[in-house]
Amino acid sequence: MTSAGRTHSWDLSTGVDGPGTRFALFLSGCPLRCGYCANPDTWHMRDGRRTTADEVMDAIGRRASFLRTAGGGVTVTGGEPLLQPAFTGEILCRSRELGLHTALDTSGFLGARADDALLAATDLVLLDIKSFDVGAYRRLTGGGLAPTLSFATRLARIGVPMWIRYVLVPGWTDDPAAVEGLARFVAGLRTAERVDILPFHRLGAAKYEALGLPFPLRDTPPPDPALVARVRERFRAHGVRAH
Amino acid sequence: MTRKARADTETDTGTDIGTDTAAAWRGFTGRHWREHVDVRDFIRANYTPYEGDAAFLAGPTARTRAVWEKVAALFPEERRRGVLDVDAATPSTITSHPPGWIDRDRELIVGLQTDAPLKRAIMPNGGLRMVENGLRAYGHEPDPFVTRVFGAYRKTHNDGVFDAYTAEMRRARRAGIITGLPDAYGRGRIIGDYRRVALYGTARLVEAKRAERATLDALPSTEDVVRDREELAEQIRALGELAAMAATYGCDVTRPAATAHEAIQWLYLGFLGAVKEQNGAAMSLGRTSTFLDVYLRRDLDEGRVDESRAQELVDDFVIKLRIVRFLRTPEYDALFSGDPTWVTESIGGIGADGRTLVTRTSFRFLQTLYNLGPAPEPNLTVLWSPRLPEGFKRFCARVSIDTSAIQYESDDLTRPRTGDDTAIACCVSAMAVGRQMQFFGARVNLAKALLYAINGGRDELTGEQVAPETPPLTGEFLEYDELATAFDRTLDWLASTYVNALNVIHYMHDKYAYERLEMALHDHPVHRTMACGIAGLSVAADSLAAVSYARVRVIRDTTGLAVDYAVEGDHPTYGNDDDRADSLAAGLVRDFMAKLRRHPTYRGAEHTQSVLTITSNVVYGAHTGNTPDGRRAGTPFAPGANPMNGRDRHGVAASALSVAKIPYDQASDGISLTSTITPEGLGHDPTERAGHLVGLLDGYMAAGGFHMNVNVLDRATLEDAMAHPEKYPELTVRVSGYAVNFVRLTPEQQRDVISRTFHGS
Repeated sequence: MTSAGRTHSWDLSTGVDGPGTRFALFLSGCPLRCGYCANPDTWHMRDGRRTTADEVMDAIGRRASFLRTAGGGVTVTGGEPLLQPAFTGEILCRSRELGLHTALDTSGFLGARADDALLAATDLVLLDIKSFDVGAYRRLTGGGLAPTLSFATRLARIGVPMWIRYVLVPGWTDDPAAVEGLARFVAGLRTAERVDILPFHRLGAAKYEALGLPFPLRDTPPPDPALVARVRERFRAHGVRAH
Repeated sequence: MTRKARADTETDTGTDIGTDTAAAWRGFTGRHWREHVDVRDFIRANYTPYEGDAAFLAGPTARTRAVWEKVAALFPEERRRGVLDVDAATPSTITSHPPGWIDRDRELIVGLQTDAPLKRAIMPNGGLRMVENGLRAYGHEPDPFVTRVFGAYRKTHNDGVFDAYTAEMRRARRAGIITGLPDAYGRGRIIGDYRRVALYGTARLVEAKRAERATLDALPSTEDVVRDREELAEQIRALGELAAMAATYGCDVTRPAATAHEAIQWLYLGFLGAVKEQNGAAMSLGRTSTFLDVYLRRDLDEGRVDESRAQELVDDFVIKLRIVRFLRTPEYDALFSGDPTWVTESIGGIGADGRTLVTRTSFRFLQTLYNLGPAPEPNLTVLWSPRLPEGFKRFCARVSIDTSAIQYESDDLTRPRTGDDTAIACCVSAMAVGRQMQFFGARVNLAKALLYAINGGRDELTGEQVAPETPPLTGEFLEYDELATAFDRTLDWLASTYVNALNVIHYMHDKYAYERLEMALHDHPVHRTMACGIAGLSVAADSLAAVSYARVRVIRDTTGLAVDYAVEGDHPTYGNDDDRADSLAAGLVRDFMAKLRRHPTYRGAEHTQSVLTITSNVVYGAHTGNTPDGRRAGTPFAPGANPMNGRDRHGVAASALSVAKIPYDQASDGISLTSTITPEGLGHDPTERAGHLVGLLDGYMAAGGFHMNVNVLDRATLEDAMAHPEKYPELTVRVSGYAVNFVRLTPEQQRDVISRTFHGS
């Protein structure tokens, strides 16, 4: 049986979507509308190209030997991959069968849709926690924080390794109390291996312009290096490996 | 005969080990190399592979710093004037100049091309006009005596070539479809096995050359045999001159080197003799680090040196290699910008017996980039294999990330062809050291050839009929089959004109500007290749992809000349690991190689080709009109086998995997890829970045990739360096098979580097 999904594109990326050089599959469609989203062209499933899992696996299979040699693997990202859980699950499962390291890049907002079979085929979850403040989370994304936190706890419970991602946006996600809360939460997650602090950038602005959309964080500056270092230190103070 | 190298006395233990060969070879094992000139056999019998990490390395000594600072202090003035100084009156030979020093009391490895550092010499055997243009370009007047001798009495290589060129060759050359030919500069890309000077001493090498010469005595005196005899006689003479030049520095190179200090010094003097005699486009060093490691290790074992001293000797050697200079013309600089000399040193690799050829001295050579700071020369080239020891791979990656000064070539591709004593000449030309040389052939412009196919052999910029007249394509849209047929015919003509022009060039180079000393450090007979080349591969491939997968409308001027193209619809492009476009590029390489092979070569050289532009991609682009891929007239081509700037959109790995599909057996003179990755594009921290770079190189080479220049830079740094060059004296960028000081590039070349694809996160 093969499923089909809506895909935006693929890349071979190095150092950003998990360990090594990876086949990163970008799926279309996302339930959140994060103010800093760098990929507004992946918001709607209908804008994606209908692609069968066979087609994707053909593209991955031809590069499997390279990906293994390069110490990489496959990352399903988006958009939000868990908007298309069957398709995502099949890609992860079949990639795993090729002996490839598998990663799922998600906000966790739809974590409940990831069944145990999908997670069993996932070597690593890149879990993007947008904020640890319920109000800020909703203002920033339009969604609720709770599903992400319960997904994180579930991953820790069933033993799936996690890399937490935290986009640092001045005025939005730099509140010391929220950072402190998140650091404490992450420190308690048994399988959280590291936190990557990702400084906010405006590289997606051109895409908004091309799509005729307003870029909500147009006037927000990138965080200064001192702030990034400070936030990193907050995590390290709790024994969390932070980059 | 008994005098030792001057500088050696300060560390020597005082016991005179004598000059006899047995003492120089003390402790060495193996047989064959003792009876025959065979450096590879010596290395194999005596080297010690090193599988560890970089922790043992030593930093620079105060002495090293002092010498380097003294010569580096001259660089700003050299940069300002273009040329610091020239001796315009003395045509350079091995023995033409009295000895010179940077800092006589402190230098460990001695010898300069002239009597002062950075002072350039003239080499009129290649061509008098080039010498005169080179002098005038930098504000010097030609010397009347030199002008008289080389104008009236001594014919040059350049004169000879133009006597024998056909009208068609001249036309093709002028139009820029065959270009960069070594008809007005030294061909280079010949690597003398300079290690032989250290291991055997010149007396023994002369003996071996005499024996080779004697084998020709019984043969009938045909043209080929007479030429061989004369060349061998010149080689023997050159070895004598080398010994004489070395003696002026107090070194007796007639005997084998007895210590590591002497081995480095002897080897360097051999190389110095070559760069005193020849202004070759590329004057590469070979593969010396593991050879020298045998001597350094013996000295370490004997307590003669410690690690700091071992590193110091390598550092001092590298200082000398960094200041090799040639007088060149502005036209030459436009082709090969940044004053490169391609003192290429090949490091690492795996032996035929499966042991790695990495030694501690492989590390020490790379360490010079820290001890002396980053620099483009020597052109440090790592022969990479996924099987290299992990510690060495990690160190290479770290140095690349910190300095952008290393290039990588596939040891797994070269070893089966040219053996495990292969070195790279210039950028990507692999050859068996001391056994093989090449006739460097620059390259043809494939993108322009495609336009000639469309225009029936007329040049798209001038309208001149350059190629034989054929029916132009007249349809509103380009039809793939029709274009492919016309292109095939154009390439037939191009291959024929090209190989025949190269035959003329190399006949004359051998006759008027023979590399006496470099060839004296080769076996006789030597294996020769005719190293053809192509430029504009990605433009031609993308143009074919546009015609094949989209619609390309032709825009013609009033004379019917196709001058522009409108692409309607999307099409795949080379550089995205998409077989539809990549197979077009690979097919072009295969087809053109087959066409080249149909034409006989001078001295029966084996046909090869490279996909390499050096920095001439800018000049070729400037001389090429609008192309059917949408590229605008005058826009630089991508360098080498690179995908067109900005069209490789799926990341550095996809870009590299496309290039890896170009078949090396159809381009065995090398396939060049220059990649630029931002630091963030490799990962979050230095350890992670090094690991990822190792993975990329492993994966690319395992997929059949041949070469990668690795730059780890962001665009903002380069833009700032353009605006404030004084802040970036050491900023090194790999351009196309070699590295340059970024601030020494012309603004046009700088803009080209900045407009390349930066693979980020």
